[in-house]
Amino acid sequence: MSEMLNDPMLGAGPQYEMTSSGEGSPEGTERMEVSMGPHHPSTHGVFRMDVELDGETIVKLKPVFGYLHRNHEKIAEETSYLGSMPYTDRLDYFNSMTNNWAYTLSVEKLAGFEVPERAEYIRVITAELSRLQNHVCLIGFLVQDMGALGTPLMYAFRERERILDLFESLSGARMMCNYMRFGGCRCDLPQGWIEQAWQVVEAFPRFLDEYEALLSENEVLMSRSQEVGVLPKELAIDAGVTGPILRAAGVNYDIRKVDGYGIYDRFDFKVPLGEHGDTYDRYMIRILEMRESVSILRQALKDIPEGEIVHPKAKSRGLRPPVGEAYGRIEAPKGELGFYLISDKTPQPYRFRVRPPSFINLTILEDMCLGHTIADSVIILGSVDIVLGEVDR
Amino acid sequence: MENTSAAIPDLQSVADTINGAIPGAGVTVVSNEGPSGQDSLLFQNKYAEACARWLKQDSPWKMDYLSNATGIDWTEEALKKKLGKDAEPEATAGFLETVYHLYSMQTSAGPLVFRIRTGNRSDDVALPSMTPIWRSAELQEREIFDLYGIHFEGHPDLRRIMMWDSFEGHPMRKDYVEPDDYEYEPTPHADVLKKSATHQNPSKKGGNQ
Repeated sequence: MSEMLNDPMLGAGPQYEMTSSGEGSPEGTERMEVSMGPHHPSTHGVFRMDVELDGETIVKLKPVFGYLHRNHEKIAEETSYLGSMPYTDRLDYFNSMTNNWAYTLSVEKLAGFEVPERAEYIRVITAELSRLQNHVCLIGFLVQDMGALGTPLMYAFRERERILDLFESLSGARMMCNYMRFGGCRCDLPQGWIEQAWQVVEAFPRFLDEYEALLSENEVLMSRSQEVGVLPKELAIDAGVTGPILRAAGVNYDIRKVDGYGIYDRFDFKVPLGEHGDTYDRYMIRILEMRESVSILRQALKDIPEGEIVHPKAKSRGLRPPVGEAYGRIEAPKGELGFYLISDKTPQPYRFRVRPPSFINLTILEDMCLGHTIADSVIILGSVDIVLGEVDR
Repeated sequence: MENTSAAIPDLQSVADTINGAIPGAGVTVVSNEGPSGQDSLLFQNKYAEACARWLKQDSPWKMDYLSNATGIDWTEEALKKKLGKDAEPEATAGFLETVYHLYSMQTSAGPLVFRIRTGNRSDDVALPSMTPIWRSAELQEREIFDLYGIHFEGHPDLRRIMMWDSFEGHPMRKDYVEPDDYEYEPTPHADVLKKSATHQNPSKKGGNQ
C-alpha cells in the first residue's frame, strides 16, 4: 500500500485547492452548484434543493420552497371554523383523515366539546387506515427513487386503492374526505363497511410479508440506504423532528402514547424504534408501524360500539367558540400535526396556525445529506416523507 | 384528556420559580379563560433567552422539544374588543407576539406555552430568536419573519421562506392589503383601455370626436 502511495506516477493525492468562486483549478475541479427541482421527479412536488457539489459529494444544501404557498392560515382566518375543514384535506393530501382529526381535536379543545364513543372508534380506524396507505406509498416512492421503477409502487398503490375504496364509501371522496366534524363525524358507517374493512385489514399482513420478502433484504435497497443519511438522536430532538424519522433515530416519542388523545390509551400496541437512524431504519420503522397499525385496527374493529356519531351538545355550523386559545396535536403519519387556534368569539378564528410535520422535518435535511452523493440526497429526501401541500400551505 | 401536563404544576408557581432563578426576569402568567385552559407565560424581551434556556436545561421538566412557534398580530381594535372599552390606552396599543409551545421528550411533560411581545406593530420590530436554543425554531422563525415581519436577533439565516425575496409586505398582518394584480406590468393594452373608456363616455374631457 505504502509503495503505491510513493509511486511517482500516481502522485501524492490532490494538490489543488477547492474554490467556490468558480475559478477553475488546473484540474478543472471547481465546485458546482446544482438546482435540484422544482420540477424534478424525486422531489415529490414543487420543491427545490440548492446543492453545492464537490465532485459528486454534497458540501452544502439549502431547501427552497413556497411554490405551492397559498397562505392557508390567512384563508382560514377569513372563513368560518367549519369552512376550514375541507382546506385541511389539502394540507397533506395523502392523509385527509388525520388532518381533519387534528383540526377537529383543536376546535374541540377550544370550544370544550366532547366526542361520543362510536365517533372516537371511527376516528381511530380511519386514522390507522390512513397511516397504512401513507407508509406503504412512501416505501413505494422510496424504492422508486432507488431505481426500482414501477413494480413496488404499483403493489403499494394496489393496497392503497382498497383503503381509498373504504374512504370513498364512507365519505364520498377518495382523497379529500372532509369527513370529521366538531364533536364527532359527518355520517355513520355505511352498511357492510366494517366487514369490508375487516377484509382489508386481514389481507394486509399477507401483503406486508410479500412486500418485505421482496424488499427488506434486497441488496440494492440495503446498500443504498444503510449508513446513508444518519440522523443523530440529539439533533433530531433539538430540531423538533417528529414521526417515524424521530423514532428511527431511537427516540421513544409517539404522541398516541404520550398524549393518549382520543381513545388511544385503550389499545395495546408497541412503538417500534430504530437503532442507527439511517435511511434503512426509516424504511424499516414504517414496515413495523404498519404491523402495529394492523393490530390497532383489529382491536378497534372488534370493539366498535353502536351509538351516536356526533355529540348532541357539539355544534359545527355557525360555531362561535368562547374567547380563548387551544393547541391540539396528533400523531399524523408524517409526525406531529398540530393546530393552534385563537377565538375572539366571532365565527372566524382570530389566529389559525398549522404546525406541519413535513415542514419542520426539513430542518435537518442539510445535516443528513452533507458528505453523501447527490444521488443519495434523493433517497434521504424520500425517506423524510414530505408532502408539499403541507410544507408550503 | 391532558394526562401529560400533570408533571408541570400550575403556571403561577412556574413563573415564580423562574423569577427566583433569574433575578429581574419579570415573568407573568397570561390566563386563558377558554375551555382548553392552556395558560401561558409572558417573558420580558430582555430576559427571554435566559428564561427559555432555564426551561430547557435547568427546569425539572427539561423542555427539550420546541413543537410550535408562531406569530400573532394583535391590532388595536382586537385588543379593545378583548379588553373592553374601559381598558387603558397603553394596554390597547397594538403589538406583535410570538408564541412557542414546548414539550419534553425526556419527561413527556407539556405543553408549556410562552410568549414574547413587541412594543408596537411597525415594520421595524425585533425579538430574540429561539433558534440558538432549539433548532426547531429555525424554519418557523423564518416563516414568522416572512409573514409577520418580526426580525429575530440571533437567527443564523433570516430570509423569506414562503414568499419570494423581492416581495414587499407581510401577508399575515391583519391590515395587509393584497395587490389587485401580482403580475401587473404596463403594456400598450392599458392605453387602449383608457382610450376606449373615453369612447364609452364622450362627455369626458379628451374624448374622441
